[in-house]
Amino acid sequence: MLSFIVFFPLAGVAAIALLPRERETWAKWLAAAAALVVLAASLAVFAAYDRVPGGFQFIDRHTWVDSDLAPFKLQYLLGVDGLSLAMLVLTSFLTTIAVLISWNIELRPKEYFAWILVLETSLLGVFTALDFILFFLFWEIELVPMYFLISIWGTGRKVYSAWKYVLYTFFGSAFMLVGILALGFSANTFDIIELSRMPALRDAIIPVQAIFALLIVAYGIKLPVIPFHTWLPDAHTDAPTAVSVILAGVLLKMGGYGILRMSFSILPDVARDASTYLAAFAAVNIVYGALVTLLQTDLKRLIAYSSVSHMGYVLLGASALGTVGLTGAAMQMFTHGLITGLLFVLVGMVYDRTHTRDIGEMSGLAHRMPFLATMMVIAGLASLGLPSLAGFVSEVTVFLGTFARHELLTVLGVIGILLTAGYILWMIQRVFWGELSPKWEGVGDAVAWWERGSLLAMVAVIVLIGVYPAVMIDLIESGVAPIAGRLA
Amino acid sequence: MLNQVPEAVVWAIFFLPLGSFAVISLAALLSVGGAIRWNPKLSGYITVAAIAVAFLFSLWVLDSVLQEDGRPIGFASHEWVRVGDLTVNIGLTADGLAAVMLIVVTSVSLLVQFYSQAYMHGDPGYSRYFAFMSLFTASMLGLVLSSNILQLFVFWELVGLCSYLLIGFWFYRDSARRAATKAFVVTRLGDLGFLSAILLIWTQTGELDIARIQELALTGAIGSSVIAFFAGGVFAGAAGKSAQFPLHVWLPDAMEGPTPVSALIHAATMVAAGVYLVARLFPVFAVSEEAITTVATVGAITAIIGALLGIVATDIKRVMAYSTISQLGYMMMGLGVGGFVAAIFHLFTHAFFKALLFLGAGSVNHATGTFDMRKMGGLARYMPVTFIATTIAALALVGVFPFAGFWSKDEILANAWKDQPGIFWTALAAVFLTALYVGRMLFLTFGGEYRGGEPSEHGDHSAEPHESPWVIALPLVVLAALSVGAGFVNLTDGFEHLLGGSLPQEARELQTESGFSFGIAAGSVALGLAGLGVAWLVYGLRRVRSEDVREALQPLPTVLERKYYLDDLYEGVIVKGVVMGVVVWGLGLWDRYVIDGLADGIGAFARTSGERLRLAQAGQAQVYGAAIFIGVVAAIAAILLANP
Repeated sequence: MLSFIVFFPLAGVAAIALLPRERETWAKWLAAAAALVVLAASLAVFAAYDRVPGGFQFIDRHTWVDSDLAPFKLQYLLGVDGLSLAMLVLTSFLTTIAVLISWNIELRPKEYFAWILVLETSLLGVFTALDFILFFLFWEIELVPMYFLISIWGTGRKVYSAWKYVLYTFFGSAFMLVGILALGFSANTFDIIELSRMPALRDAIIPVQAIFALLIVAYGIKLPVIPFHTWLPDAHTDAPTAVSVILAGVLLKMGGYGILRMSFSILPDVARDASTYLAAFAAVNIVYGALVTLLQTDLKRLIAYSSVSHMGYVLLGASALGTVGLTGAAMQMFTHGLITGLLFVLVGMVYDRTHTRDIGEMSGLAHRMPFLATMMVIAGLASLGLPSLAGFVSEVTVFLGTFARHELLTVLGVIGILLTAGYILWMIQRVFWGELSPKWEGVGDAVAWWERGSLLAMVAVIVLIGVYPAVMIDLIESGVAPIAGRLA
Repeated sequence: MLNQVPEAVVWAIFFLPLGSFAVISLAALLSVGGAIRWNPKLSGYITVAAIAVAFLFSLWVLDSVLQEDGRPIGFASHEWVRVGDLTVNIGLTADGLAAVMLIVVTSVSLLVQFYSQAYMHGDPGYSRYFAFMSLFTASMLGLVLSSNILQLFVFWELVGLCSYLLIGFWFYRDSARRAATKAFVVTRLGDLGFLSAILLIWTQTGELDIARIQELALTGAIGSSVIAFFAGGVFAGAAGKSAQFPLHVWLPDAMEGPTPVSALIHAATMVAAGVYLVARLFPVFAVSEEAITTVATVGAITAIIGALLGIVATDIKRVMAYSTISQLGYMMMGLGVGGFVAAIFHLFTHAFFKALLFLGAGSVNHATGTFDMRKMGGLARYMPVTFIATTIAALALVGVFPFAGFWSKDEILANAWKDQPGIFWTALAAVFLTALYVGRMLFLTFGGEYRGGEPSEHGDHSAEPHESPWVIALPLVVLAALSVGAGFVNLTDGFEHLLGGSLPQEARELQTESGFSFGIAAGSVALGLAGLGVAWLVYGLRRVRSEDVREALQPLPTVLERKYYLDDLYEGVIVKGVVMGVVVWGLGLWDRYVIDGLADGIGAFARTSGERLRLAQAGQAQVYGAAIFIGVVAAIAAILLANP
């Protein structure tokens, strides 16, 4: 089942490739169909997953490389637990949205949708791979579609931003590869299930602290952790809307996922020692990120920078080491994916109409786009952690989980929600409220079915999780509880 | 006597207005899409009907609680979230305090919604208005009914959200959008304290249930410093919501919303939430000397600074807003001197006369098209109903016998007299100042000659103003009756009994006991009348020119007109200057030139030194992608070969 989910998008790619040139507008239909099938299949797994025993289920295991020369084998091993399943659902949902909101792409649509689907496969692979080498492969493959999507369909300094993104990730990957190899050779296996079950590694071919550091650099760049964050605003801003949605919604979560799944689960002793440092980095991320966000005058850059701040909550929750904190961190990954995804969709739709992202130039757009304005207010409120919307659940869980271990750093994190309210409300006030400037007399609201459909779907999920978090939080808890158990 | 109220009915009090919000929003969404045709008037009817039923159900709750002598009716709690050792159970609180608040919220809201049907008539956002008002009422009711502090916090924030949406209702006005953002951000500043307090208490005790927290505080199971920090954080949140100094600055600007919204915010919802929260956690405050003293002191300061500001404002709604700040100070002060019953009693009476004052101001505005008192005058002749109703409310506010405010204010004074002389004299001074600004407002608005009003979008008001239609006048009359009658509910100590029952046994002893004191009552009424008299001299008879008084008292009037320079300090110096100007600007430069510059620099260095490897840099990502793949496979192969 998981292999089907992971590789089905490639079937879509093949179908798109076979389209004759004069039928290239059909590409979006094929992409949408592929994305929907994957979404339906992930939801089926979501429904069928047994939360009570938890653990890894739907395992797909095949020997890949088995040589007498080595004391271990490489496996093709897929499986999901609560944590990866949440990410799986998030990825397939946001990819569907990404296809829908790209409905008007006219530049080389065949390639565009094909790359989106390749990207989906690599992401689904990252979140389901349970062999460390396989994980790394998916992690690296993701760069290829990203590079093309940003550099061809992007805006502004798109080639610069694409390279910057690739190089930063590459830099981290180099570290991670060394870490993975050191880990694998010390433990004689790359099997993540085994690695996270065996007694915590103490002796390795290089100090375990070094392995932890190598891995955390790679994940920290992806998350991103300050000072490795400056690729993010450039890449997000210059990427096409759908790619920004996936970038902020899913790609950043690879970092958080890596921290929980690999660093914490496999090296719990080191994680425990590093907890305070992680919390300190998290607090800096939250506050520094929010303060720099306050300065942004480009609508898309503002949302991009806000992600830096919001991903700080993931790290903060992780640094708590307990079930509540880790659940909060993983919930934050999920809810931030939805909320920031929605924000980027909205920013993209506004940009399509105004052709500017300069907040100073916009005013009173609510007069012309009441629907988009309403959606933006809801998304903004979710982002600033308003109760009854999804963001609150994860933030409060993070805070409750972390306060006992890091009192002051948590309170610093709490200050972040005030700053968030500041930049979100300021943005809404400037862009949507106030007098309509005559320049925007002619712009219209979002009326197409694919626009309204995607927005309402996202809002519905955000409200559902905000009002009844148990839908998702139980699942995530079942995934992180074993990790917390190892950290205890 | 009815049967005991079932749980479903109590939940319905909250869900009815919530349902009204949902129905109106859905209808609006569908009608925008063209699926249905929606007559906006229906939105008004649905809201009024939902809240009317909620009011009846609240009476049922009151009846049941009375049978229990104010003690809480036990309801089951329901699990909302459980993660690890964190369990959040949501449930209902129905005791004397909750019952009184339910009555206040539903009755005032009902009258306000009824009135709004005429006031908002023809506004393009008519349906949106009633949707928000329904949500506002639902959130406040949810807050009052919460049995869990995190549940309460959820509604607390939703109340803040609704006032944000309603203050910014006319979003196209620059002043409205600014006021809305300001209200949200300033109250959220206080909420940081509230949220931190919740984190602290959960970490220390593992409890989020309010009754359990009270119990633990009373039995001494929580350390005193934890209690002090907890109470301090909670009070920060309450001070934000209830506009206590120095977080009061958002409230005067909040009048940018439609006037009935102000009536609701100032009387029964938003600002009452802070006082309610402190009252709900009264046992926790009462066991901490530091906490309770802070509440009393901040309350007293707020009572004075609010009243002083009321004297110089020229906008009738601003006068009311400062008056609210001052009266909220009274309530906090009442709680701070141990007068749990007195404070809630004052909240109760204040709700009616303050709602009336705002609705009266709205009625005046309906007739004259302005809120500027300098353009009014002589309205007593044209608008007798509004005039009489407003005067009753004004006398209640000043605390003249036998109007409602007299009874409740007197109890607070009597409580303060017991052993807090500083607080007592401050409160007494505030009585005089209150009378002064109330008198000024009355004489400027209703006395003298009509000064022309202002032409507005609704039509020309320069002709003779006339009384408002009955949909507006009726709520005024009802509220006027309540502003007279509400004070008598405690004549036989029934109110005290009801409220007292909502405190745990041990906490009842922490209240201040006080009886009716003739001396204090006579003194405060005399001071009130003196204040009105001075106002009459200056603004009624004009024996003394107000300009002369202003000159004589300089620089005080200027300081007051600039609102103690607090807005300038907060917005100009702190936000624009220190935070945005120095910290954020500096960080922005640092982020851009140092951190990002460093990365670009390294990149450039790598590129230059890599010039010779140009061949490899074909600039084709397929090549790189393939290289990565091949590289990884090669690495694995190498590893396998190297480790026989």
